[in-house]
Amino acid sequence: MKHIKELLFVTAVVLASEMVTGQALDPADLLKPLSDSWPTYSGDYSGKRYSALSQINQSNIKSLELVWTSRITAGMNNAGGGRGGFGGGNATPTIIGGEGTGELNESGPNSRSSRVVSSILEVNGKLYFSTPDNAWAADARDGHILWHFVWKTKGGTHTGNRGLGMWGNRLYLETPDNYLVCLDATTGKEHWHKMLAPLAQQYFSTNSPIVIGNHVLVGLGNDLDSPAFLTAYDPETGEIQWRWYATPQDSSDPALKTWANLTAAKFGGGHMWIPGSYDPETHLYIVGTGNPTPAYTSKSRGEGDNLYTCTLVAINVDTGKLVWYFQTSPHDTHDWDSTQTPVLVDAPFNGRQRKLVVTATRNGFFYTLDRVTGEHLVTGKFSPTANWDLGVDSRGEPVRNPAKDFDIAGALVSPTNAGATNWMPPTFSPDAGLFYVTTEDSYSMYYLTNTDPRGSMGLGGKEEQAAGSLGTFLTALDYKTGKVAWRHQYPEAGAWGGTNVGHALLSTAGKLLMGGDPGGNLVAYDPATGAILWHVHLGDVSNPPQTYLLDGKQYILIAAVDSLYAFALN
Amino acid sequence: MQIRALLPTVIAIVAQMVGQVSAQGQAPARGNAPGVNPANPAGAGRGRGSGAALDRQPPSDPAQVERGKALYGVRCTFCHGADARGGESGPNLVRSGIILNDVRGESITPVVQNGRPNAGMPAFDLSVAQIADIAAFLHTFRAVGRDPARNAPPNILVGDAKAGQAYFNAKCGACHSVTGDLKGLGSKVADPRTLQQTWLMPGGGRGGSTVTKVTPKTVTVTISPTQKFEGRLERIDDFTVTLEEADGSSRTFIREGSTPQVEVHDPLRPHKDLLPVYTDKDIHNVTAYLATIR
Repeated sequence: MKHIKELLFVTAVVLASEMVTGQALDPADLLKPLSDSWPTYSGDYSGKRYSALSQINQSNIKSLELVWTSRITAGMNNAGGGRGGFGGGNATPTIIGGEGTGELNESGPNSRSSRVVSSILEVNGKLYFSTPDNAWAADARDGHILWHFVWKTKGGTHTGNRGLGMWGNRLYLETPDNYLVCLDATTGKEHWHKMLAPLAQQYFSTNSPIVIGNHVLVGLGNDLDSPAFLTAYDPETGEIQWRWYATPQDSSDPALKTWANLTAAKFGGGHMWIPGSYDPETHLYIVGTGNPTPAYTSKSRGEGDNLYTCTLVAINVDTGKLVWYFQTSPHDTHDWDSTQTPVLVDAPFNGRQRKLVVTATRNGFFYTLDRVTGEHLVTGKFSPTANWDLGVDSRGEPVRNPAKDFDIAGALVSPTNAGATNWMPPTFSPDAGLFYVTTEDSYSMYYLTNTDPRGSMGLGGKEEQAAGSLGTFLTALDYKTGKVAWRHQYPEAGAWGGTNVGHALLSTAGKLLMGGDPGGNLVAYDPATGAILWHVHLGDVSNPPQTYLLDGKQYILIAAVDSLYAFALN
Repeated sequence: MQIRALLPTVIAIVAQMVGQVSAQGQAPARGNAPGVNPANPAGAGRGRGSGAALDRQPPSDPAQVERGKALYGVRCTFCHGADARGGESGPNLVRSGIILNDVRGESITPVVQNGRPNAGMPAFDLSVAQIADIAAFLHTFRAVGRDPARNAPPNILVGDAKAGQAYFNAKCGACHSVTGDLKGLGSKVADPRTLQQTWLMPGGGRGGSTVTKVTPKTVTVTISPTQKFEGRLERIDDFTVTLEEADGSSRTFIREGSTPQVEVHDPLRPHKDLLPVYTDKDIHNVTAYLATIR
C-alpha cells in the first residue's frame, strides 16, 4: 500500500513537471472547441470534426501545397532502431512491448499494421498515431518520426486501430490481443499494460481510448457472442473504475424483457468499437453500440428489441450508469452496428436553441435527438434504397421487416452488410447547418444457410452475396428534417477503394469540407453546395483528414496507407 | 462486426502463419485455420476472431479426446447437445467463456464437481482426470459462426417457373432470349444459387458465374463538336477519365467540372435499375424458370 502511495506521488510530480515544460496535454484543452491542436479522437469531445481554423479557406485553397510527407515502417522488422548502414540521419528509437513472441506481428506494405486509419493526435507540436500493434510520435512541423513502439502480439483480429488517447504526458493504446498499453509520450516507453479481455473468448481491440477527466474509456470488439462492455480505467494506475455492459448480465436488469432469456442477453453482443462523444455539461458520454449476436440467426434472441444493442446510449462518466437510450436499429438482423460517431450540436430546432445529438447509422437511417434527455426529434432515411423496414414507429425507430432478414432462397436487401455508412467519422458544419457523411446505396442477397432451430453463433448461419451498387455518395443532411440537402455521387464508383467502408470527413471555419474519395483523392468541397474546390491524388486516402495550427501556420494532415502528408499555404 | 476489410487480413495472417510454419519446419500449431492442421481435419481451431492467436490448449491426444467424447456422451449430451451447442435445458458450451478460457479442464472442474444449483445444473462425481478428458473433447469444437451448414446450403429452388417465365418475358425479354444469348444457361450454371447471382448481376458482385459474358462499360469523351474519343472505361473519378481505344491504346483526360463532356455507358444499367423493383418472389421465380433452360 505504501508502495502504491509513493508511486502515485511520484506520478503526480512527474505529471506536474511535464505540464510546466509544455510537453503534456493540458486537461483544459480537451474541453475546448476544435482549433489549434487535436488532442482527442474527434479533435474535440463533440464529434463534429469542425475546426475553427480559417487560415486555409475557400479564397486561397487553390494555393495549398505539400509541406512534408513521412512514411512509417510497421512491425518487428524495424526493431532495434533505424535502418542503419546508409549513414543518413539518426536511428529511430524503437521500443518493444507485449506478451507475444513477435512472430505474429505484421509488416510489409499490405499488412493492416502498415495502414494508418487512426485519427492522429496533435499536441504541442507533436503527432501521435497508431496501427494494430504499433504507435508512433512524429514532429508536427516536418513529420520526422521521434519514436516507434511495437507490441509483440498474441493474435486477434488485426483489422485496424482508430487512434490513441492522451492524458498529461501519457498515451493509451488498445492492441488487437486486448491490452491497454500506457506509454510515455516523450519517449514511447511503456508505463504499464492491462489485459482488457481474454483473447480466448475472441475479443479483439481496435478502438481509440477516450480520456475524460480521470477516466480512460475503452470499448472492444468481438465477433463471437461474448459479452460487450465499456470500461473506465484509472489513467495513472490502469485500475478499473467502472464497467457498463451493453446487454443484461443478471435478472435484475429491466432490459431483460427485450430478450428471450438471460442466456441470450448475456451472449447478446453490442460492442462499442468506435468512440462516442462527450457533453461536459451533463457528464454524459454518448456512444453507439454494436450489433446483437447471433447477428443473423436471431431466433434465440426472442422477438424483442434486444436492448441495448444497436442503440445510442448516454452513460454518466462519473458513475458508469445509463442515463438515457434511443435504439437506432431494434432487433437488428444484418450485423449493422450502430457504432457511428454521434455528433453533438447546439443549434436551433423548431424556433429555439437546443442541445442535440445527431447520428447516421449503418442501417440507412438518420436521427436527431435531444442529448440531455434522449427525446426523439427527427428520423430520416438517408439511403433511398434501404428496404429492410416497414416504416417508423411512434418512438421514431424503424420497424424491421422479418421477410428481409434472409431467406433460404435468398432475400434481396439494401444495404449490404457493410452498410449505408460505416465507422468512418462524419462531420457537422455549424456555418452550413448541415451534417455530412459518405454513404452507399447497395444490395446483397442474404441466404439462410443454417436451418438448425438453435441458430448459429456470432456471424454464422447466412451467406451474403453482393448484388450490385447503385452508387457511393458524399451526402449532406439537414438535422432539422432528416432529409438529404444534397449529395455528390462519386462517378461510377461501385466500391470505396482501399477503405471498403466510405471516407472520414472534416469541416472548417474556412468554409471547407474535406474527405477522401474512391479514386484515391483528398478533395475539398464547398459545404453549402458540394462544389469541388481543390484536390490532390494520394492513391488511397485511409484515415480522417485533420487540421492544426503551429507557429502561425495551419496544416491539413492526411494519411494514405503508410504515409502521412501535410499541406499548408506557403 | 468490423467487416469486409477484415477477411483479407485473416487470409493474410493465415498465409503468413503457414509461411512461417513451413519456413521454420515446425509442426503446425493447433487451430491456425480450418484445414491448416492435417492431424486434425475435424477442425480443432479456435475460430476466426482468434484465428491467429497463440493456442492456449495443448495439442490434443486422440485417445484422451475419445475418452472425453464417451464421457460427454453419457453425462453431458442430454442437456448440452451432442455438438455442445446447447440443448433443451443446458446452454451452448462452445461459446462459453469458461470453456474458451480453459486449458486442461482446470476452469471446468469446479463447475462440474460443484454444479450450478441456481441454474439447474447438478454436481457430477467426475474426477479431475475425467473432466480433463471432457475438456480435451470440448476443445475440439471450433468456436466460429461459420458452421458446416454453410457449405451445404439448403436447396434454393423454391420459385414458380411458370410465373418466372412470365416475369422474364416482361422485364428481360427486350435484351435477352432463352434460345439466344441465354441458351442452355441452366446447364451451364448448374448450381441454383450461382445461377441466381449470375442473372441478378452478371459479372458484378460476388458469387456469380463467369460463364456469362459481360460487355464492359464504355465512355465517350467529347472535347469539341468535332473531336470525340470513345472506348472501354478504364477508370474515372471527378478529376480524370481513362479509356482504352479500339486499337488498345490508353488515353487519359483531365476533368474540370463538366469539361470535357463525359458520358458513361453501362450495359448493366437495366440490371441495376431493376434492383429496387424486384420482389424476392420475382427473383425466386425467375431463377426457377432459368434453371429449366437446359
